[in-house]
Amino acid sequence: MSIDVLMPALSPTMEEGTLSKWLKKEGDQVSSGDVIAEIETDKATMEVEAVDEGTLAKIIVPEGTEGVKVNSVIARLAEEGEDASAVDDAPDPAGNDAKAEETTPEADGDSDEEPAGGDAEEADETPPEPSVLTLKDPEVPEGTSFVDTSVRDALRDAMAEEMRRDDTVYVMGEEVAEYQGAYKVTRELLQEFGPKRVVDTPITEHGFAGLGVGAAFGGLRPIVEFMTFNFAMQAIDQIINSAAKTLYMSGGQMGCPIVFRGPNGAAARVGAQHSQDYSSWYAHVPGLKVVAPYDAADAKGLLKAAIRDPNPVVFLEHELLYGESFPVPDLEDYTLPIGKARIRRPGRDVTLVAHSRMVGFALQAAEKLAEEGIEAEVIDLRSLRPLDTDTVVESVKKTNRIVTCEEGWRFMGVGAEICATVVNEAFDYLDAPPARVHQKDVPLPYAANLEALSLPGTADIIKAAKEVCYVG
Amino acid sequence: MAKSPANKSKSSKTKPKMKRDEALKFYRDMLLIRRFEERAGQLYGMGKIAGFCHLYIGQEAVVTGVQACLKEGDQIVTGYRDHGHMLACDMDPKGVMAELTGRADGYSKGKGGSMHMFSKEKNFYGGHGIVGAQVPIGTGMAFSNKYRETDNICVTYFGDGAANQGQVYESFNMASLWDLPVVYVIENNQYAMGTSVARASAETELFKRGISFEIEGEEVDGMDVYAVKEAGEKAVKYARSGKGPYILEMKTYRYRGHSMSDPAKYRKREEVDDIRTHHDPIDGLKARILEEEYSTEDELKKLDKEIKDVVKDAADFSLDSPEPDPAELWTDVLREVESA
Repeated sequence: MSIDVLMPALSPTMEEGTLSKWLKKEGDQVSSGDVIAEIETDKATMEVEAVDEGTLAKIIVPEGTEGVKVNSVIARLAEEGEDASAVDDAPDPAGNDAKAEETTPEADGDSDEEPAGGDAEEADETPPEPSVLTLKDPEVPEGTSFVDTSVRDALRDAMAEEMRRDDTVYVMGEEVAEYQGAYKVTRELLQEFGPKRVVDTPITEHGFAGLGVGAAFGGLRPIVEFMTFNFAMQAIDQIINSAAKTLYMSGGQMGCPIVFRGPNGAAARVGAQHSQDYSSWYAHVPGLKVVAPYDAADAKGLLKAAIRDPNPVVFLEHELLYGESFPVPDLEDYTLPIGKARIRRPGRDVTLVAHSRMVGFALQAAEKLAEEGIEAEVIDLRSLRPLDTDTVVESVKKTNRIVTCEEGWRFMGVGAEICATVVNEAFDYLDAPPARVHQKDVPLPYAANLEALSLPGTADIIKAAKEVCYVG
Repeated sequence: MAKSPANKSKSSKTKPKMKRDEALKFYRDMLLIRRFEERAGQLYGMGKIAGFCHLYIGQEAVVTGVQACLKEGDQIVTGYRDHGHMLACDMDPKGVMAELTGRADGYSKGKGGSMHMFSKEKNFYGGHGIVGAQVPIGTGMAFSNKYRETDNICVTYFGDGAANQGQVYESFNMASLWDLPVVYVIENNQYAMGTSVARASAETELFKRGISFEIEGEEVDGMDVYAVKEAGEKAVKYARSGKGPYILEMKTYRYRGHSMSDPAKYRKREEVDDIRTHHDPIDGLKARILEEEYSTEDELKKLDKEIKDVVKDAADFSLDSPEPDPAELWTDVLREVESA
């Protein structure tokens, strides 16, 4: 049997090219890897290497021929022991032409070269997105005592409990060990767990984030602390390209159980590079979970869940909440499901949706609004991915009005996503256009007055709530 | 590359004792990679493989020699020119080729492609598409080995191009600081896409890049599988004994362009031809095998035929395998959380 040599494509978009030169002539011996011809497109000249061995029996497309279709037969090889002179020199025997046509990238309807979503008619119908399980917070048994705990200590307790429970859990980051944490969140972990499990790193975010991902692939459960999430931008490639995408790209083989945690959002008077809310950045990415708690109980319950989660979790804390205390249930193992919002205050007139520090402002706003007869329902999202849109939509169906509150910029923000969802799923229930409270669209200024003007707060929420309620 | 200025490897001066079986295994393994890659190139030319496809032709001695130094449980991680590494790790050519064609039977169910393939079973941890990103990852796997108190090491491969990425040096620093069991294998094939080492690197002797981190390094003739193995054994022994990381700079050469769509105009045909003719790792080993009378031309021919059949089967398999089920679109984004 003779072997067909086909016109190769240099790229998935190439349809035809010029066969500029034959480097072997009929009768020559050809081995695998030998350069036998040169072809040209408008972009490049490339060599054609032989894949098979034999005698070049027939050159079917002579050099200098333009417009040679990809996958058409350009020559035939006689295999060892085959009579080269007996090899057919027909340009393309019956059927082969059509076959070549079929395999030309552009003509091949279901080939992988089709740009995603290119031709809806030929593409497989998109299967429905799987539905998400309904999550529930655990019952806190009656009679449980609550201990006032700072968010800082709640986070610390969560890490300590999980490190006691599972010796593959370790924490690493800048100043987490001997210094006891830049914000003292890892206080006393070194004393209890030792330097093997509480690891001070050099200032090398990109490196230690990637090292953490490798350790997770290697069977550990790293907690990677960023001194603040501002510095995680150095490491965002490892968080997204390595941690978030590898499970999918490996067909499910490579889980990456890792927590990236640290303070996110505005601190006080530290300027634009140290004050940014990354909520929408990470929440944008499939393959990540993104958590942003407000109070100490949620900080503890959700961090414990994040550490146990088999997926990469971005855990956004808030520096300005670390010192605030809240009651935490005194239970042996208090974990919360990731992806369930909490209704912090029921109300009938307007829905205020917030996460992280903005929850506090929303609650304050609700108090003030109540004094004026407006009962606001305050939803604490707690998790941004998965996002509990059911709870938000149900609330809007009741209140008919919504104000989203976030510390980040409005543009392409968390509020934009929530408003779009509400408009989609509760359009007929809305009595006012959804409103958004957010940081002004500028890098955060240093000057006290400008900083205050830039950041959203209680007054902004009250104003927006009154607007959607059409009140003075 | 016996005559090239790259040849500074001490190991190539002495001729290690060749054992017949080992020689033939090296020959077989390298030839499998060569033939596999040629076939992959052909399938790409036919439009059956898409996207980026970086062939390993010319560099076969590097993974083949290093792999011979490893033991069960040692991990491998590399960049996007990864087909050879997977075959060296004993991954099934059928599964690798089916991933290249984007089919359901590929190692990543068709969802990864050429640059993103993994086999936990064979300790192959990718296949990473971002230049240099595998270096902290490999360092992290070494961290996990030390943490779990195994005596396994992680071999972390990267190229001369990746050697200029900052995260490589962040990794060197931590690996040395914490004595992590990692061997960094720099596959210096002389060109980062179209930019030669001399045009991109202030220090072109890449094995010296570890000096300021107190990491030992040496240059190796990466076209000689025995030189690779000898240097590899030393480096692996060093890392396994708990002394920390080691750098091997393999001087090698890729015959093909950076990727399939690279016309390789940045170098002369004569340069490629010279390496192919005088320094080919497979031809070199073949000559030694015949010289030592470990085998005969006829026997080697039979072996060639066998390998061709393996590769042909892989290609046929990769074209017969169905495209992934549409339902696979939604799977493997997140793992299910186990209920408490």
